[in-house]
Amino acid sequence: MKHLLSAADVDRDEATAILDTATRMHAIQDREVKKLPPLRGRTIVNLFFEDSTRTRSSFEIAGKWLSADVINVSAKGSSVSKGESLRDTALTVAAMGVDALVVRHNASGAVQRIAGWVSGCSVRAVVNAGDGTHEHPTQALLDAYTLRNRLGDLEGRHVVIVGDITHSRVARSNVLLLHTLGARVTLVAPPTLLPSGVATWTCETSWDLDATLSGKAFGDVDAVMMLRVQRERMSGGYFATEREYAINYGLSPQRLDMLAEHVPVLHPGPMNRGLEISSVAADSPRSVVLDQVQAGVAVRMAVLYRLLAGAEEEVAV
Amino acid sequence: MTGHAPVLGDGDVARVIDRIAHQIIENTAKSGFDIALLGIPTRGVPLAHRLAARIALFADTTVPVGALDITLYRDDLRLRGVRPLGDTVEPEGGITGRTVVLVDDVLFSGRTIRAALDALNDLGRPRAVQLAVLVDRGHRELPIRADYVGKNLPTASAQSVRVRLTETDGVDCVELTGGAA
Repeated sequence: MKHLLSAADVDRDEATAILDTATRMHAIQDREVKKLPPLRGRTIVNLFFEDSTRTRSSFEIAGKWLSADVINVSAKGSSVSKGESLRDTALTVAAMGVDALVVRHNASGAVQRIAGWVSGCSVRAVVNAGDGTHEHPTQALLDAYTLRNRLGDLEGRHVVIVGDITHSRVARSNVLLLHTLGARVTLVAPPTLLPSGVATWTCETSWDLDATLSGKAFGDVDAVMMLRVQRERMSGGYFATEREYAINYGLSPQRLDMLAEHVPVLHPGPMNRGLEISSVAADSPRSVVLDQVQAGVAVRMAVLYRLLAGAEEEVAV
Repeated sequence: MTGHAPVLGDGDVARVIDRIAHQIIENTAKSGFDIALLGIPTRGVPLAHRLAARIALFADTTVPVGALDITLYRDDLRLRGVRPLGDTVEPEGGITGRTVVLVDDVLFSGRTIRAALDALNDLGRPRAVQLAVLVDRGHRELPIRADYVGKNLPTASAQSVRVRLTETDGVDCVELTGGAA
């Protein structure tokens, strides 16, 4: 693993190694001294061209707990707002001798381009922290981590992902990673919010949430992941009204009751309460939303450790 | 086929552990056994548990046992490929104010123990730190020595000492292999 640009970059062994490492990293959250030494002297730049609270702060905490120096650069207040190109910004930051870039950008594929441009600089690793509607691999890893803690081995488990699939980098990365880990995925969305080409993905798709959650359509459900309706990426016309969407695809208290005892409810956040998820579901004991946030730090520690701690030429794949 | 004679056999390992247990009891009885055993993965952990079991038998006292993974504190971390981590388990009641006995299978360069001392620092502040090892094979590269040694084993640096324990390898033995002996 040189970069982490896509959930497809990790095979099953590497994914398992990251999740196992994350389990060990997780233990540090209960310690009085939250500091481990492996990235001492490494510099990580969080290059965020798009707003983010949890991803950016958890990457920052993860880097700092591993003793790296972490610098945040956001597009607002940087030279980007003066008209600097993406390539120039990336090369400028890379020229300062940093070891890793963690990049979020609102254009799909932007992070991949940056990884190409900075090869040959001091930058050892580029981590995709979300690029447009394409991928968000560390989110998929933290979801897998949360699921594994709840369900054990994910082999053969059935995960249902509901909502705005078209605009969701979370869904895309999750489908790839869950498939790698041996789980079965069903995507549920109105036809307008299923991306073209979804038939080639390693998953089932459905328009009928009730039939899927009850297990009638695709078999018993082991976990449900609700996605945020991304108003900022929608140019309108995907569904009639928000009320209609909530009725057809929201996780209402009634739908929550359809789920078996062991089924956790995930949401990558931020939640639109009353739209894709009811408050009853969001605050129920099944909800693992805050577990996901906690897992985010541990998983990102594991990713940064595996990318940056070892010798440069001999990084294990 | 070169030099596969076991240095310690099945019964020897158990006897050595009994002896170390007695020595730990002798040294710490005054403090009312306010000690904790911390095994260093992989083989230090089962050794620490065995020592605790023997101390419980001989002195009728329960000694908390933990594990201390030192991977993240190694000084050669960035010289090699990335390593998987072991478990760190804090002993019941923590380590602050207590005498901590680090337990490992082989004492060689001393770098593992240096890393363990750094790792301990992040867990708390023990009253004192002691070291128990099954085998001391010499070739120290740091000013570190063991308080309890199962077997002093003079070796050539080209040789390797292989410790096998029932818990991890199905059999108890210590072998010296390789080198021109």
